[in-house]
Amino acid sequence: MDIAEIKRLEAEGPGRPASKKRQQQVLKAFVYIFLMVGSFVMIVPFVWMIVTSFKPLEEINTYPPSFFIRKPTIAAYIELFSIIPMGRYFLNSLIVTCSITLANIFFCSLAGYAFAKHRFFGRDKLFLLLVGSMMIPWQVNLIPSFVIVKKFGWLNSFYGLIIPAMSGAFGIFLMRQFIMNIPDDLIDAAKIDGCSEFTIYRRVILPLIQPALASLAIFTFMGQWNNFVWPLVIVYSSKMRTIPIALSVLNGQFGTNFAMVMAGAVVATLPVLIVFIAFQKYFIKGIALTGLKA
Amino acid sequence: MNSVLKELNKQKSAYIFIAPSFIIFTVFLIIPVFASLYWSLTEYNILQPPKFVGFQNYINILFHDPRFWKAMANTVIFVAGTVPTSIAISLLLAIAIDQNIRFKNWFKTFFFIPSITSIIAISVIWKWLYASGKYGLFNHLLTSIGLPSVNWLGVTWTLPSIILMSVWGGLGYNMILFLAGLQGIPHVFYEAAEVDGASEWDKFRNVTLPLLRPTMLFVTIMSVISAFQVFEQVYIMTYNSEGAVGGTLDCALTIVAYLYETGFQRFSMGYASALAYLIFFILFIVTIVNMKIVEKKVEY
Repeated sequence: MDIAEIKRLEAEGPGRPASKKRQQQVLKAFVYIFLMVGSFVMIVPFVWMIVTSFKPLEEINTYPPSFFIRKPTIAAYIELFSIIPMGRYFLNSLIVTCSITLANIFFCSLAGYAFAKHRFFGRDKLFLLLVGSMMIPWQVNLIPSFVIVKKFGWLNSFYGLIIPAMSGAFGIFLMRQFIMNIPDDLIDAAKIDGCSEFTIYRRVILPLIQPALASLAIFTFMGQWNNFVWPLVIVYSSKMRTIPIALSVLNGQFGTNFAMVMAGAVVATLPVLIVFIAFQKYFIKGIALTGLKA
Repeated sequence: MNSVLKELNKQKSAYIFIAPSFIIFTVFLIIPVFASLYWSLTEYNILQPPKFVGFQNYINILFHDPRFWKAMANTVIFVAGTVPTSIAISLLLAIAIDQNIRFKNWFKTFFFIPSITSIIAISVIWKWLYASGKYGLFNHLLTSIGLPSVNWLGVTWTLPSIILMSVWGGLGYNMILFLAGLQGIPHVFYEAAEVDGASEWDKFRNVTLPLLRPTMLFVTIMSVISAFQVFEQVYIMTYNSEGAVGGTLDCALTIVAYLYETGFQRFSMGYASALAYLIFFILFIVTIVNMKIVEKKVEY
């Protein structure tokens, strides 16, 4: 190394050489461009959905297609709620989704508590069975579940839509993992104070697993709100349809009235979008934690 | 004596706690699993009691049913078309978002929105994007840059169209999983690589990829399993006035779509149960093979 080179290195000072710094800046610019183009691609279909839903029919059929609406109208939404009973479908979806979510929070945490903190005969084998059952694809139990629900006379009813989904292996598993982290001392202390098992569950366990309950609630809500196959199979009358079924029927019957179909898609998307934005933190954390989709 | 009673009482409450879940679990999962195993060996149309036929359904499916093989081929094309593409793009996205950049959460939200949207809503939106003639947005884009327009939902293009839409819809979910994996890689590895003078590409190849292998395994298995069961997209995209699923000439008939048609439109419950068990078997093998491949490679 000659004197000149040493001087040059000194001039550059400690830290990265200039070329490397520039390389990183270029890289970062690429990262931003990549992410912005990507976000654009993600958002455009939704923007197109919203724009179309507010367009009068004659603007949908003008060429070239445009993101600009000359005469915005809510005619499609009025049609949606008057030609078909969309309000009723919305209510159906709300009833089904909320009941299933509440039931899951209660039953899964209860079972999760038993698996995490109780010793009982057959516990580990039952738990293994539960975890193993998560590998079974839903197609396997779809047909018999349909036949069983039919035998109970629950086809085309809230019972059939709600009861089979009131608890689940995934939820129990999630709850158990969380409750295991609660120190036994807390439970023992409550026992010494003379609390019943249910009181311990309600007063000690539930308050401590609130973040997990929130994750489970959001997963269940979203999964059920979007659930399609089960209602498709067991609902046969128009008045029991849920939103996804209504949307698929809309697509079949009014497939050419794109404004109305897009308005239906907006109505189907909005509730989950609101829930998602409100509870985003729990949701993304929950996925990273469990790797399971709703 | 007292302590035994107390112990029993404690057990009793545990059983009461798991009872509601286990009743549902037994009635809608355990019993169905065995019921469909038995029905897969029968001829069953719900109205008459099942008639035992041995392995006839399986033999018919595997050796005398060209539509099964058509559905199988379409499903494999769908899996091969979606899984690697989605993994490559979502990994790139995750790495991009993991950099020291601004608006991280905005980007995450944008990419994740399709994952929370009902696949039915997504499918109807894309059906409108794919609309034939000049009103469809995609065809407008193609023709405005001088390319010929495409009959997106015709016989040739239906399956690729569904693949494209599904890749788009699944990116955000895989991205979140990869992000979690990336954040689990200790920073010292990158610092060590930098001291050794590694370039960004070296770091990606020799630090990120090997250490991301468990995440990669998980994402691959989950993606293959869910892609193999594709149904809703096919149902909406190929829906016609006769209520048939799968499109003209079965161009986009997938295994689960075929199962739906067999079980709930033709009410051949025995045949459909055999299809369900074949799906179960294939997914089981896929999972085992996947795990073996990755297990072999994890050596440091």
